[in-house]
Amino acid sequence: MKHVISILLENEPGALSRVVGLFSARGYNIETLTVAPTEDATLSRMTIVTEGSDEVVEQITKHLNRLVDVVKVVDLSEGPHIERELMLIKVRAVGKERDEMKRMADIFRGRIIDVTDKVYTIELTGVQEKIEAFIGALDRSAILETVRTGVSGIGRGERVLKL
Amino acid sequence: MELNGADIVVRCLAEEGVDHVFGYPGGAVLYIYDAIYKQDNFKHILVRHEQAAVHAADAYSRSSDKIGVALVTSGPGLTNAVTGIATAYMDSIPLVIISGQVPSHAIGEDAFQECDTVGITRPCVKHNFLVRDVKDLAETMRRAFYIAKTGRPGPVLVDIPKDITMATCKFVAKRGEVKMRSYAPVVKGHQGQIKKAVQLLLAAERPMIYSGGGVILSNASAELRELVDRVGAPCTNTLMGLGAFPASDDKFVGMPGMHGTYEANMAMQNCDVLIAVGARFDDRVIGNTRHFAQTPRKIVHIDIDPSSISKRVRVDVPIVGNVKDVLQELNALYAQAALDSPPDKSALTRWWQQINTWRGKQCLVYEKSDTIIKPQYVVEKLWEVTGGDAFVTSDVGQHQMWAAQYYRFDEPRRWINSGGLGTMGVGLPYAMGVQMANPGKDVAVITGEASIQMNIQELSTCKQYHLTPKLLCLNNRYLGMVRQWQEIDYGSRYSESYVDALPDFVKLVESYGHIGMQIENPADVEPAIREAFTKYKDRLVFMNFITDQTENVWPMVKAGRGLTEMLLGAEDL
Repeated sequence: MKHVISILLENEPGALSRVVGLFSARGYNIETLTVAPTEDATLSRMTIVTEGSDEVVEQITKHLNRLVDVVKVVDLSEGPHIERELMLIKVRAVGKERDEMKRMADIFRGRIIDVTDKVYTIELTGVQEKIEAFIGALDRSAILETVRTGVSGIGRGERVLKL
Repeated sequence: MELNGADIVVRCLAEEGVDHVFGYPGGAVLYIYDAIYKQDNFKHILVRHEQAAVHAADAYSRSSDKIGVALVTSGPGLTNAVTGIATAYMDSIPLVIISGQVPSHAIGEDAFQECDTVGITRPCVKHNFLVRDVKDLAETMRRAFYIAKTGRPGPVLVDIPKDITMATCKFVAKRGEVKMRSYAPVVKGHQGQIKKAVQLLLAAERPMIYSGGGVILSNASAELRELVDRVGAPCTNTLMGLGAFPASDDKFVGMPGMHGTYEANMAMQNCDVLIAVGARFDDRVIGNTRHFAQTPRKIVHIDIDPSSISKRVRVDVPIVGNVKDVLQELNALYAQAALDSPPDKSALTRWWQQINTWRGKQCLVYEKSDTIIKPQYVVEKLWEVTGGDAFVTSDVGQHQMWAAQYYRFDEPRRWINSGGLGTMGVGLPYAMGVQMANPGKDVAVITGEASIQMNIQELSTCKQYHLTPKLLCLNNRYLGMVRQWQEIDYGSRYSESYVDALPDFVKLVESYGHIGMQIENPADVEPAIREAFTKYKDRLVFMNFITDQTENVWPMVKAGRGLTEMLLGAEDL
């Protein structure tokens, strides 16, 4: 089963490699990983999407907690939560494709953020399934380049992960 | 007061009460060595190879509960130390390693003797630091010691670039214990869980106590003994836990696992309540997990590290906390509850009858010989001559297992070996650390002719510092444990397991200024050991015992097999 793990860790050099090293050393799998500083610049917030049985994910969270740089760990999948991913996608937009692409972007509530006479660059956010649906809806040959951030997650309602 | 980084390092070591540092100088640590030259708070032991510095510091910790400290230079100094660090990490030994690094501005330029120390050691330390500013140095050193000794202990490394050791800043003496928002180990166990454990124990018909290295690390030997006595249960100590419960006590059923006793393994499998204390259900201890789970039993697991719980075996009552604190509470609650609802004594009697039947197999009895030296016999004689009271280190292989089986440890911190990583070559440097931490005590090294050659250069260190361990080399001219597996599982094809072209060990140790003895007859074994510990008490003695080449370690549970699928001897093959 897919799990979304949120980690609050010291914003120290090397902290990221400790987390990544743990996953590779113990044979756990990382599907996506995002990390950036929080409103408190001494802390980073990381979201990792991983695949595994409940036993494996329990071990993952325990091992993450064991890392000295890790302040808090929570498996967001254990409760209601929100996931979002950002994709930037560059598509061919020539002739009548230009209208078609604009329409597709509108349908998926994407935004065209860069335009040339041959190319649109579209920004799209949403859950992973939506991003994949958008890619699936396009003609493969029209896709020139994609870049995805991986999932960021946050708990719903009053659920808060902070110090 | 304004100090340079090197002086700060030395000051911080003094603050932590360090009295011995094991190390080897080099370019990146010259300022630190200069500061060491000018101080007399601690003694520096100059080893002959950085691996030995870490092993010695490690054994210093294991045998004394003080924190061992090793100091190495950058690049090869550090890479040489890695085996020592990984060895300590696998056995959760508190250690602080200080490594020099090239100057900050040169990091990443492939400078002379540069390596990515923090990257290389990251998977085998509890934590590591690269110091970037001299102002952070003192706090980093204090954190290193704090992290090493608290929670589940482990090695912590501090990497210090050379420019930081010469830069100066204001030094403020340590005030109070370190606090870290990201690191707060649990100490007390959950009382509700402890009560559940008490209820299970009171209702148990076949209780069993399985204790590991965690009991020794948390100095909980007295609490363990109290628990075993209160419950009246059999107790087994793992390889890492030997001595936590006295081997001479009738409730001790020997070591469990791959080369454990028949009675210990049968009791582990057939008990109805198993209390695991500071042990981690290692593959060498419980064998195949599916086979282990076949027999229903309730398991209580006491461990300071939550990630040890339900890692290999699902447990019913996990108790996360410091073993000593948890056992104190468990003993108190058990004593109280046993007054109200006393346990079933007759069930316990039947359980002991069963255990004594298993003991009747006498699985450690071996064939004696008047003509050839049996390795087990050497260990038995060592035990007799030293009254079971020596500190014994070992290397890794058959001799290690015989030492664990036949030297009956009654006290914790007396048996010093590499359990988790299984590092050949630790024996001699371990003895150095043990003797530094326990001056005046008898120290024996049980080794083999292969293992000893992995760190034999330390005979020179022993000469320099007048260290006098007694080395018992069980010389069978084979990589014995490899040969045993090849005999059993690889059709006796002894691929590269014969040790040819051995040195004349007697002459070799004499050239280092020590005493060498060659022993070839069983009748000479005891007199030789006695002479080593009396006449040559103040000398290092190397006893080269020419032993039976084909002797194997029994009992044996083959890798991947169930705990009770034991081979008791060659007849079971």
